[in-house]
Parts: sequence; structure tokens; C-alpha cells
Amino acid sequence: MKSIREQVVAWARKKSPWLLHYNSGSCNGCDIETVAALTPRFDVERFGIMLHGTPRHADVLVVTGAVSRQQEKRLLRIYNQIAEPKFVVAVGACACSGGVVHGCYGLLGGADKLLPVSAYIPGCPPRPEALIDGIVKLLTRIEGGNK
Amino acid sequence: MPKITVPLGPQHPALKEPGSFLLCLEGEQIVDATLRLGYNHRGVEKAAESRNYIQAMYLIERVCGICSHAHATAYVMNVEELAGADVPKRAKAIRVIIGELERLHSHLLWLGVAAHEIGFDTLFMYSWRDREMVMDALETISGNRVHYSMNTPGGVRRDITAEQVKTVLAKVEALERRIKYYIDLATQEPTVIARTKGVGVLPKDEAVKRCAAGPLARASGVARDVRKDDPYLLYGELDFKLITSDACDVFGRLYVRAFEMLESCKILKQVLNWLPEGAISVKIPVKLPPGQAVNRYEAPRGEDVHYLKSDGGLNPARVKVRAPTLANFTSVDYMLKGDQLADAAIIIAAIDPCFSCTDRATIVTPAGTGIMSWRDMRSHGIEFYKKKGIDFSKVKVF
Ligand code: SF4
Repeated sequence: MKSIREQVVAWARKKSPWLLHYNSGSCNGCDIETVAALTPRFDVERFGIMLHGTPRHADVLVVTGAVSRQQEKRLLRIYNQIAEPKFVVAVGACACSGGVVHGCYGLLGGADKLLPVSAYIPGCPPRPEALIDGIVKLLTRIEGGNK
Repeated sequence: MPKITVPLGPQHPALKEPGSFLLCLEGEQIVDATLRLGYNHRGVEKAAESRNYIQAMYLIERVCGICSHAHATAYVMNVEELAGADVPKRAKAIRVIIGELERLHSHLLWLGVAAHEIGFDTLFMYSWRDREMVMDALETISGNRVHYSMNTPGGVRRDITAEQVKTVLAKVEALERRIKYYIDLATQEPTVIARTKGVGVLPKDEAVKRCAAGPLARASGVARDVRKDDPYLLYGELDFKLITSDACDVFGRLYVRAFEMLESCKILKQVLNWLPEGAISVKIPVKLPPGQAVNRYEAPRGEDVHYLKSDGGLNPARVKVRAPTLANFTSVDYMLKGDQLADAAIIIAAIDPCFSCTDRATIVTPAGTGIMSWRDMRSHGIEFYKKKGIDFSKVKVF
């Protein structure tokens, strides 16, 4: 049984996950769909989700695009700056596995080559609806208390 | 006053994509700026060499998610040129439709991002809401919101039905009204004017010298547009204006993009009301004859140059992409100098940078090994064409 404090924290966490969006080598397709999810038609803010600019405020790191070799160190540094508990969401075929650019010399591969990924959202690019679905699924898992 | 160096990026709230700027400040004023690119270098050009011509098209399309049709079209135009294919008119018309819809969505996207950078988030939400209309139109025609994959070597993959024409036309008309509203807003709203007038100035001669492309060049009074200068697809037969502005600042770039959207609507209405009948594609051989081709395409951000070399095999021997943002980055450090730190974000955003397009590999050879200066290159070009019987020595270069 969780203490009252833990329950309150878990509830607050689920109700206001703040995202940090990082383009780690994407073609922009996934990024514009991620931003589109924030705008009036899709409006993820109704789930308390907000996009934030700094890793220190974020709970969820949204990685779009395969991780390029140039970004490896930077992405890791950003991840390390995020306070625990943290979750990584891989958006798009590229971030999931490398996608269309799989095997290119400038790339390390999917986001899970570098970071522990909690949710994969496939698609090239995923529709904003798919993104919302993925993030809501992640929230339900946060509620359950597992990564 | 001591100088301070402030790094901006690769991860920064003001930048949506990874690029890194080192700004040297004196107080609030930027005195120097250094740019570092290449974070998004994936190796797409090399990867295209290991795919056949059709597979490579889908890869090239994913060079950029915003102007994917621009890259794909420039690439297939090269393939068609090498194959000597005569693309049906209907296919060209469909390509124009997608291309102009893409310009609309890209400019609306830019308007939103620029509004966000100047702290005008209401406009950001407005323009992105209206952008959904364009996305719907694109989805109606192609089935996709991003990466439409309409092209195929020799034509397009999907036809447009009469009902689709009607739906898209209705959307374009609705959009036109909204764009007129944005034009009023952008040119009369005092907060927008205060944040954009006189910011990031790029005079005409500098724009020419630094080879600016697209809306950035046009906002500095350089009338340069591939659709007019070297018409491809059907642009030679269409009626539209080339929008320029002499404002030379961020306001001018806003003005040019806003009015260009109206022109795009005009083009769309013309093409949609007059869709040529006939086939939508012709067959292209799997193997292309050896040769080289270069084609230009006016992407939303400017002139996109594609080069393709074939050695007679199944795969391209070399693909080279010169994206418009690369041409525009040379102007950024000039524009940043002398401006305030607070304006850095909007100045960078005003060129509508696209890093994934830009981050191509470049080989830097040491001096004296074949790199030519602007003057050398010009005299070389004049000599080259003299042998072919064309005399360019009298042509005035701005
Ligand atoms: S998954 Fe598709 S849209 Fe997303 S970054 Fe990769 S190529 Fe671009």
C-alpha cells in the first residue's frame, strides 16, 4: 500500500507530464506532427501535457528521428539532466529502429541504442492521433507505477 | 565592456532543430556569431547509391519532412531527364497542386513559429489551426499528411477525382479568407511591427553577395524565383506574381511569405479549375542510360538544386542535394551582428531554417586545389559557353 504522499505525487505526475522534444536526427516530419499535436485541433494540453524547453523541467523526453553520431553525446547529456523519474518516448519509425535511413553511416540507430525507451510510436511520421494514443498509454503506465 | 560568449543550441528552447550558434556579446548587442552545423547529418546521399531509382525516391523524399515534395520532384525530374521521358501534362498539374499546397503549409507553419518566437502565441495557434485545412487537403489527395509520396519516376501515383477537386477548392477558398486576415494582422498589428521592423537587416547587395535564396532574397528586393526564372512543370503557363519587398528586414520576410500564400492560392485555383485530361504517368526503364542531370525547384524556402549521375546501372551513381537553407545560412551571421540578443531567435527563425535539409556532407579541399573564387568561376563559365557559341560576357551580374 502506498503512502498518501506517494499517491499524491503519482497523481500529480500523471496529470501534468511535461515534455522535452528533441530532434536527434529526424527529417522534421515527426517534429511538425509533434508540434501539431499541441495545436488547437489535437490539443494535448487537455491531458496536462506541455512542451518545455529545458531538460530540468521535463518528465518525458520525446525523441524524434534516428540518433546521429553527432548527437550521441548531446542526447545523453540532455537525458542525464532530466530529473528522475524520467521516461523516453521514441516517435516515428526512425526513432524506433532507424526507419528509412537505417544503416546510414552517419547514424547510430534507433533511440533505444542509447536510452531506455518506455514507449515506441511507429509511423513515418505518426499521425498526431497516434502520438496522443502513445502518450496516454504511457500515462496509464505511470499510474501503474512501472516504467 | 568585456565580451561574453553565449552558446545557443544544439538543444535550446528557441530552436526547434539542432543547430549551434556561438554568439559573442557586448552587453546585449551581438558583435559576432559563429555557426556550427551538421548535427543532423545522416548520410542520405550515400544511402541513395545503394538503392534503385524508385527506392531512392522515397529516401530522398525523407531528406526533409516539410518540403518533401520539393526534394522528391527535383529528384524525379532528374530521373526523367536522364530517361528522356515525356511526362504527361496531367501528372505535371498534380505535381504543381501538391507543390503549392506544400508551400502553403510550410509558410503557415513558419508564420506560427515566427509568431511564437516574438512571443505572440495566439497567432501561433491560429495559423497552425488553419494549417490543418491544408493538411486535410493534402490528405484528401495523397492519403498522407506528411511525405505525400505522390511522385514516381515518370509521373504521379494517384489521380485526382472530380470530388477531390471540389473539396480542395473549397478549402483553398476558405484559406484565402484566413490568409487575408493574417496579412492585415501582420502588417497592422503594432506588436508584430515593433518586433520585426528594422530587425535582422540584410541589404540587397549583401543578399546578392551572400547568394541568399527564396523568400529571404525576395524580401531584400532580389527578384529571384525559379518558377519565374527557369519555369519547370507548368509554371510557365500559369499566372502569378513574384512577390518582393524592399524592407530588407524580418518584416519584409513576413510580408513576402504572407503574400506568396495568396499567390499559391491563385495558382491552386487555376490548376484545379483546369486539370488537363490524360494519363498520369509513363513507364521509365529500370536502368537509366549513363549521364548527368541537374534540376532546380523552388521549394518553400528557396531554390533547391538536385544533381543526379547515372553510370548505366540499377542504382544512381551519385546524388547531390543543395538545399536552400544552406545558401541562406551565410546571411545569418551578417544579420545577427549588431542586433540584440533577444532578437537572435526571430532572426534565425526568419530564414525558416531547415537543418535536416542542410546537413549534407561537404568536402573542404585545401587552397590551390581547384576551389574557385566567384570571379574565377564566372570567367570559367563565360569561356565554357563561348565554346558552345553562347556569349555571356555582356550579361550584367547585379
Ligand atoms: S520516421 Fe519518417 S517522418 Fe519521422 S523522422 Fe523518420 S523519415 Fe522523418
